[in-house]
Parts: sequence; structure tokens; C-alpha cells
Amino acid sequence: MALNLDSSNVGTRENRIGSITGYIGSLSDLAKQSQCGTLKGCSRCFSQSSTCLSSCALGQLSAIRDIAIIHHGPAGCSVASAGTYYLDKVMAKKRGVTNNTVYVGTDMNENDTIFGSAESLREIIIEVNRRYSPKAIFVTSSCATGIIGEDIDSVVDDVRNEIDVPITAVHCEGFKSRIWATGFDISDHAVLSSIVKPPEKKRNTINFKNFYESARPEIIEIFKKLDLEPIFLYCNSTVEELSHISESLATTCICGTLGNYLGNGLEEKYGVPYIRTINPLGVAGFETWLREIGRVTERSEAVEKYIEEQRAIYIPQIEAIKEKLKGLRAVLGMGPGYTFEVSRVLNELGVEVVWALAWHYDKKYENGDVPPSMEYLLENDVDFEASVADQQNYEVMNILHKYQPDLYLSRHPGSTVWAIKNGTPAVYVADEYMIFGYKHTLEFAQAILDSINNRSFETNLARRVKLPYTDWWYEQNVDKFLEEAGK
Amino acid sequence: MAKLLDKQRYKCALGAMQTVQAIDRAIPILHSGPGCAQKLSDSIGSSGYFSPNIFPCTSINEKDVVFGGVKKLDTTIENALKVIDADFFVVLSGCIPEIVGDDTGDVVGRYQDEGKPIVYASTAGFKGNNYKGHEQVIDAIVEQYLEKSDEKEEGLVNIWADVPYQDLFWLGNIRELEKLLREIGLKPNAIFGYKNGIENIKKIPKAQFNLLVSPWVSLTNVKKMERKFGTPYLHYPTLPIGAYETSKFLRTVGEFAGVDKEKVEAVINEHENYYYYLIERYADMFLETRVMAKQFSVVADAQYALGITKFLVNDLGLFPAKQFVSDDTPKQYREKIAEEFKNLNYGIEAEVSFENDGYKIHNEIREHDYHGYPLILGSYYEKEVTNELSGHYLNISWPVQDKVVLDDFYVGYTGGIRLIEDIYSVAVQRWN
Repeated sequence: MALNLDSSNVGTRENRIGSITGYIGSLSDLAKQSQCGTLKGCSRCFSQSSTCLSSCALGQLSAIRDIAIIHHGPAGCSVASAGTYYLDKVMAKKRGVTNNTVYVGTDMNENDTIFGSAESLREIIIEVNRRYSPKAIFVTSSCATGIIGEDIDSVVDDVRNEIDVPITAVHCEGFKSRIWATGFDISDHAVLSSIVKPPEKKRNTINFKNFYESARPEIIEIFKKLDLEPIFLYCNSTVEELSHISESLATTCICGTLGNYLGNGLEEKYGVPYIRTINPLGVAGFETWLREIGRVTERSEAVEKYIEEQRAIYIPQIEAIKEKLKGLRAVLGMGPGYTFEVSRVLNELGVEVVWALAWHYDKKYENGDVPPSMEYLLENDVDFEASVADQQNYEVMNILHKYQPDLYLSRHPGSTVWAIKNGTPAVYVADEYMIFGYKHTLEFAQAILDSINNRSFETNLARRVKLPYTDWWYEQNVDKFLEEAGK
Repeated sequence: MAKLLDKQRYKCALGAMQTVQAIDRAIPILHSGPGCAQKLSDSIGSSGYFSPNIFPCTSINEKDVVFGGVKKLDTTIENALKVIDADFFVVLSGCIPEIVGDDTGDVVGRYQDEGKPIVYASTAGFKGNNYKGHEQVIDAIVEQYLEKSDEKEEGLVNIWADVPYQDLFWLGNIRELEKLLREIGLKPNAIFGYKNGIENIKKIPKAQFNLLVSPWVSLTNVKKMERKFGTPYLHYPTLPIGAYETSKFLRTVGEFAGVDKEKVEAVINEHENYYYYLIERYADMFLETRVMAKQFSVVADAQYALGITKFLVNDLGLFPAKQFVSDDTPKQYREKIAEEFKNLNYGIEAEVSFENDGYKIHNEIREHDYHGYPLILGSYYEKEVTNELSGHYLNISWPVQDKVVLDDFYVGYTGGIRLIEDIYSVAVQRWN
């Protein structure tokens, strides 16, 4: 990719890597069309609400310790500050550290939309810096400031000489992209352009991009055996830590959608290799990933030894549980960083995927290749019906109603509840490490089994509640509201 | 003018989508960016018959910003009516269409002409917070959906209280207020909560009067209904918590409604007997606790700051330190509300600050001498500062992270008891 760290603006995923949010067909067709360049996403003439890219961008940045986020916009935009305050406190407590990150809004009003509010913003930045002495400051826009053309770049440039920590503008207009993952790229861009410094020396570290670092202790243990030290990003990261990530031996990520921009950016700018394998979920994923880390860091021997030890413990247990899962049919809906990875793991466990929804789809990764998760499935002759929908729940419900699977798997808040109201057992794959490595693959299989074997909650509820969609909708094809883009 | 919103305690006007969500079988249609609903929803307790992640939304993109989004709004409404099984639709417009000048009213008007149960409210984020947005939604219903009724139903009383979801206890409070009114022989009509939906909305113009239980929220609404429907209103500014205020509340409502005094007194008597039976049994706990100072502060919207202050002073005999009203109360109401804080037993007056800057609030709490372990009732933001002061902390206002409430409530006699239980469940965790 062409990284331009001189500009605070990041192109959207639609424009940079041809990402789409509307498609219905099959996995093989999606891949074929991506490869030969004929894939065109559809739009919808009816849609339900989804997610704002600023939640992704600022959710990432606000997890960094002791920084300030100044969200320039109406109070609804900065409302995420309430959740951030809580999350920062509990995540820091779990790690045994403190986090004094502040996330403030500017409570923009109607006058500001007419006359602008650059001067007030300037004063707010100075005051936040005075109150909290943060280690870095991110000043971010909103839809309203974007449309009226508020020049936050100039305000930031203007105060830079009064503030002795990194400060940068972050462009987060929610209307910019239907793909909220663009927000991850925006946060990576802000970190790369304002905090990361050129390497001074190489270290035995691996940059590990993740969300909430729940598997931190065990990953530290695994990497210790390889004489490597993971640096988890960005939850609980310090600005000092981030300034050195260019010195690492490699970058890896638990979710391709999350880490793609940073991984490619560090590789392009500082030559830090980005591990581009399938993700470390399931047996094949974990082994492929670990072997690539071994290869890149020249530790293949230690990796093989570790794999052999762990296989002896876990493979027999995983094989045993597979017997009980055989014949189950599943539908799943997740971000593309997980959908095709989890489909692969389900296939590994003997669960048949009848339909997979991806909340968006990146035609190509930053390096121009088809996503590795997809390539793997095709090479292994796995195919199923697939669609791309930005969490359009009415489409999910239509699919569940028609296919009546044994199981629905989803990764986003508020989505599993709809499946269980349909009477379909659901597994909420919330934690990014829920299927990581051998141990968690086994736990994941057990979670599926437990969900299937006690359906009391969903049957009780489903019997008493009415679903909010009309009979008319259930009779329609799932692609009813899809239109060719640009129509 | 833009201002520093440090530890924010409210949402924007589009947060009124939760006001719509609180009406049974009503759904908002958002003319906004794709992620507004998710941001403005609270992540737990939102998965009702409808939930924010299924609210129809025009999900405005760059092209709509340039060319306008009315066509998309039209297809979204048209198809929402086909796909969603709802009784009532409320179109809410966000920042983008309001700035680029989409005529939302014109689009919605065409569906209204066809007789569809649909209204629209202008709830751009920059037009105010969700307290104002809440009023906008009620205003839209009154203005666009309801007509004056010649027929009035004796004893029918519309109840208006604070903002659903922003108020953690909104459901339980409404149900308890309905119950109290029923006990004195009135017929309560509320449009929010369990089974309170379109039929209740239709009854609004027939009510004998509007009862507003809130320091200021919805005052404009009841005034408008007085003009449009000729419905008088009783404004009771204090959320009645505990025996002292609830008995006063029942007498005031009873008198306004023309209910027989003896009947009201009989209801009060029965409640107070049980209330003081409980208080008597636990009086030792109040008097002999070694860990709680007499002084307290509340950091909440006007409703809870005032209601809880009155309860703790007039029922439990505590003393008010400074109180903080954090809902950005419109200036014209502040003086009157501040007066209410001075209207306490034994001539006690509570100082109140209309302040939503968390930094300043916390500094004032730190600087005040509570003469012992303070009691702080507030949002989640007050947890850490209370810990610093070794105080007792209860999370009663938004944002809430420390408490799960399904249908608990603080209003009325029972509500007062619940609040006591919550406060002392915290206090008993320490001995000295």
C-alpha cells in the first residue's frame, strides 16, 4: 500500500482496497469475482443501523494509557467517552496498572454549525492539556464538523508549539465509509504518524495487535519458549511503548481486519515483517501462524518442539469432542476478519457451515492479495452460501428462518439475542481469543456442545415472544433490497 | 458555543430514539449516519421487542451529503412499513440531514396523508441533549398525531416523568406511580413501559389532567397540551421518594383531581404504617452505624438530585453538602429548581450547582469537608473520587456501570425503602 503519513487523512476501505458491504452468493463466487476484478458491491434501499467508524477508531486509541481524546462534535458523538472511562478503568485494574486516559467532547451546538468553533476547540485542547498532562492528544472530527468544514488540522497545527506531547488530528466523519473497520485504519494511521519513531535498535519483541488482551499471560508464556516478547496493542499500551514498535522483529494480529493497516504500515515504512497467514484460530490456523512466526524470526526448531508437545496434550481431546459435533449445521455472522476464519474452524470440527455472513468484505488486502482465510478455504474445497451485509439483522433473520440451523454464531453485541428469539441456539464469539490455539479451540467446541445440549433459555423465551418482522418479510428472498451500486 | 464536556452525563437529542423505544411496539426510523443508534444505545437492557441494532436507518454516506438523502429516507420508510411489525413509527433526523437541509417533514407528511401511524422529530445532535430530544418526540406526537378530544374521561390522568433509559429506574418508577394513582382511585395513563403503547397515546387528549413529575423535563409538553387539548396540568417538581414526600405527593394529586380526602388519607395511612414498621426495625442501623457521616452529595440530573436530597434530609435526617445538577438544565428553570433545594425540613437549605464539568464537580467534592466518610450518590464517574475519600458510593445516575436494574425503582414508599437498602448494603461492608 502507499502509506502517506504526512496527511492526517486516510482513504476509506472502499477506495483503498475495494471493500464492499452488499453481496449475496457463494464463497467460491465471491473469491472468483474478487480475483478477476469483477466484484461490485451492492447497496440497499432499506437498511437497519450498523456501526460508526469513529467507534472503531476512537475505541482503539482511547485504550492507550494516559492520553487524551478530544472529540469535536455534538454530545452524541462523544457519548462513547462514558463507556471508555469504564473500560479503561477495568482493563487497567485487570492488568494491575493505572490508566488516566481522558476522552472529552465539545458539546457542539447549532451556532457552532453556522459560525464554526475553531477558537473554542483551541481553548478546549489547551485546557485538557493543563488539567491532565496527557502523554499524547488526539483531536477528532465528527459528521457535523466534517460537513461544515471545520479545519481541525489547522487548529492542531496552531496549538502544537504550546503543547509538548504528540498531538494529531484524526478524521472520523461517520458518513465517510459504510465500513466501520475503516476506523481501525484511522487509529493505526494516527499512531503511525504521530507516535511511532524510527527504530534505534532491534529487539526480541513481536507487535501483537488485539482488542482486550485476555490471553496475554498464556501468549507471554508461549513466546517465552521462543525467546520472544509480545507487545500487546493498543489496550493498556503506553505512548512510550508505541514509540518503539518499529524496533520489533515482526507484527502479528488476532484479526486481519483489525491489524492490516498497522502491520502493512510498519512493514512498508520500517521493514518490520507482517505475518500474513490465516489467523491462529483452530488447529490449522494456530500451527500455520506459529510456523510463520518461527520462519520470520528464525526460531523454527523451537516452534516445532512446542507444537509437538501441545499436540500430544490437546489433539486427542479435540478429536473426541469432534465426534459429538458431527452433523451440526451452523450459520454465522461476523466481521470478515473472523467469518472466514471461524468457518474454517467449524469445518475442522465437523460442523457444516450452511451460510456465512461477513459484515463487510475486503476484496484485497493492502498488499494486493485475496484474504488468506478465503484462499485457504478454496484450496481445501470448502464452499458454502455467503453474503456480505453490514449487520443487517433482518437479512440474518430471514436466513435463520429459512435454514433453521442448529446454531448461530456471532461476534457483535446485540446480534445473538435475535437468533435465540428465533429459537436457534447461539454462541457469542465475543472474546477475540475464544478460539485461539489448541486450548481455546477445545473450549470453543465445548461451548458449542453446551449451547446445543441445554436449549432451555432460548425455547422458553422463543415460546413467549413475537419477532418484530412481518410474515411478508419472511416470504421474500434475502436479496430483496439489494440494488446495484450507484443506482 | 462549543464547550469542554469532561465526563459527559447526557447524550445528544437523537438519544430520544430511546424515548421511542420505551413506547410499546413503537420504533424509531433514523435519518442519520449508520452508527448513531449503536452509539446512543446502552449496551445492556436494550434488547426488547425492538433493539437499536435493528432500528431502520438511512445510513447516510458521502454521496447523500452532497446530493441529499430524501430519496433514501423515502425508501427506508416505505420498506420499514413492510418489514417491521410495529404500531407506531417515529422518524428522527440527525445532524447530517439537518445541516444539508433535507426536508424530512415533507417525506414523512406523504405517509401521514396516507394515514400511516408515523411522525417525525428534528433531533439533530447539535440541537440539544437527549432531555431536549425526549421533549421533541412527545411534542411531535402531540403536534402531528393527536387531535383535541371533546370527550374527557373522568379520573384519567396522563403521567409524564423523566427520560427513559437515561433514567435507570424509568420503568419501575412509572409502574409505581401508576400503582399509587390507582390506589387513590385515579386511572393512570402513561405511554412508556410495559404494554403502554399506541392505545395509551390515543387516550392522551381525553385525560382529565396531565401530571408532570419532574423538575423541568416535559414542562413544555404539558403546556402545549394545555393549549392544544385544553388539558390542565399539575406540575409536581420533586420525584417523591420515601414516606414524607410521597404522602405530600398523594395529597397534592388527590386535591388537584378532586379525590375524596378521606380516601387519600386512608391510602397514606396504610402505606406509612408499613413503611414505619420497616424503619422501626432498622432504626438501630441508621443510628448506630459507625461508618457514615451525616453529610452527602448527589451528582445527577435535576430529578434525582432534588428527589434524593429531599428524601435523605426529610426522611432519614441526613445533612446536604453541595448538590450537583448535571443535566444542563435550561437556564430559565434553574432559579425555581434551586428554590426547591432550599425548601427542606427545619429550614435546612441545600446549595446546588448546575454543573456538568466532571473535573470541577470532583474538585468541589474533594475540597468539601464531609466530617467523616461521605455518602456520594452519582454516576459511575463518582466511584473513583468517592474511593479516594473513603466514602460510600452508589451509582444512581447515567452513566451506570455498577448496577443492573430490570424493574427496580426509587419512587414512592417502596422506592424509598429500596434506596435505603441500596445505601446500607454499601455501608455495611465496612465496620469502622
